[in-house]
Amino acid sequence: MYVAGVRALVEPSFWLGQPRTSPASFYDYFDALLGWEPFRAAQHGIAHHCTLALNPKEANDPRCLPVLDELPRYLVKDGVVAVGEIGYDAMTPAEDTALSAQLQLAADHGLPALVHTPHRDKAAGLARTLDVVHESALPTDRVLLDHLNETTVRAATDSGCWLGFSIYPDTKMDPDRMVRVLREYASERDRILVNSAADWGRSDPLKTRHVGEAMLAAGFTDDDVDQVLWRNPVAFYGLSGRLDLDVEDTTPQATHEGNSILRGAPVTTATRATEEGR
Amino acid sequence: MLIADLRTAVRDHLDDDATAWLDRALTEAATTPRWEADFAAAARHCRRSHHPELADATRILLLHTARPDMPTLTRLYAHGTAAERRAVLLALAHLEDVGPDALPLVEDALRTNDTRLVAAAVGPYAARHLDAHGWRQAVLKCLFTGVPLDVVADWPARARGDAELARILTDYARERTASGRDFPADLTRVLAHTTPEEP
Repeated sequence: MYVAGVRALVEPSFWLGQPRTSPASFYDYFDALLGWEPFRAAQHGIAHHCTLALNPKEANDPRCLPVLDELPRYLVKDGVVAVGEIGYDAMTPAEDTALSAQLQLAADHGLPALVHTPHRDKAAGLARTLDVVHESALPTDRVLLDHLNETTVRAATDSGCWLGFSIYPDTKMDPDRMVRVLREYASERDRILVNSAADWGRSDPLKTRHVGEAMLAAGFTDDDVDQVLWRNPVAFYGLSGRLDLDVEDTTPQATHEGNSILRGAPVTTATRATEEGR
Repeated sequence: MLIADLRTAVRDHLDDDATAWLDRALTEAATTPRWEADFAAAARHCRRSHHPELADATRILLLHTARPDMPTLTRLYAHGTAAERRAVLLALAHLEDVGPDALPLVEDALRTNDTRLVAAAVGPYAARHLDAHGWRQAVLKCLFTGVPLDVVADWPARARGDAELARILTDYARERTASGRDFPADLTRVLAHTTPEEP
């Protein structure tokens, strides 16, 4: 991913392919998203952040619902840049409750929300999602509607939310269709995000790069690509005030400049110059 | 390093906004439970100066001021991000009231493969409280994962005359050599200290 140009990523919590049956299973997952995953990404020069939530699919299992009560202690963490993925899967009453509760959590914690739109009955699902968003304390300009496609992009655009498109090998969107949407909705280009996945299904984390290549092949400029693939996600997740795009050096060095504070070494002129140059 | 010096060094690196935040957070840490939220949020408030260890240092100051009891310290570690866990481990040397009860936190960190956690775990607290087997395994883990020997507190004193440590290191060096790989120069340094001193 680094070789392909990836310098930062936001990993949203979601379903893992095997249903979880207890809240503790979520806590280990969230801990990994705030512990090992950022370390692993930093080893490869990639800044890692995450979005945390009880996902819509598992919000239907009463055994998992205690996660909602435990989320506040996670939503204060430095690495959390949104509440998500929340939204609808099968549009059940349990999903209604989890969605509105977590939109409120986002508002309470100064976080934007990443909202998954359903794969089945998508247009109706988007309409119902927007009803709940409008009833919530979270303004639409702090909501990213994800997994949009040609049938839902118009309604999503009219809502004032950010527009997310997930690029997959066989499902959701592909790079060429994405380029057509970007051309048709040119006036919305400052709030369109594209994302890729390395998840439980057939997915390819480099699909974002493929979108950039398809954009350039279709005549978009480098600046257009930079806006869609970098500036827009930085702007949206930056709404959290917690986005930190510096990658921590994971190489433990006893004499590392950064250890000077903890080890009592005086801050020299050379050290200061280095800091200012960062 | 003394806490007073740490406080001065941190202030040296903070801009005005971050200094105001730190002053407020430290005042509250002395009196209210609200400081735990500041402990979690330290990095985003102290980030402006781009010093990689500043959030660690700030969190250590908060812990030192709040003086959490053992159940609180354990909860902060268990509920913490990797950065918060690292700060708890680094603070152990500065929390005079904490006896050997915090050893499970050190042992937890030594089971990870996050080298920043491993490095934070082998400070003066580990040197004082880890038993012989645990300490030898910690040294081996550092050599194995590339954590430099110089972050292991008091290693020359603890390694001195330790024949079992010498055996472990010699076996490790032999295994590396047999597989056609190098072993770290730090291994040779520790091994040299395990030789009993001449009378």
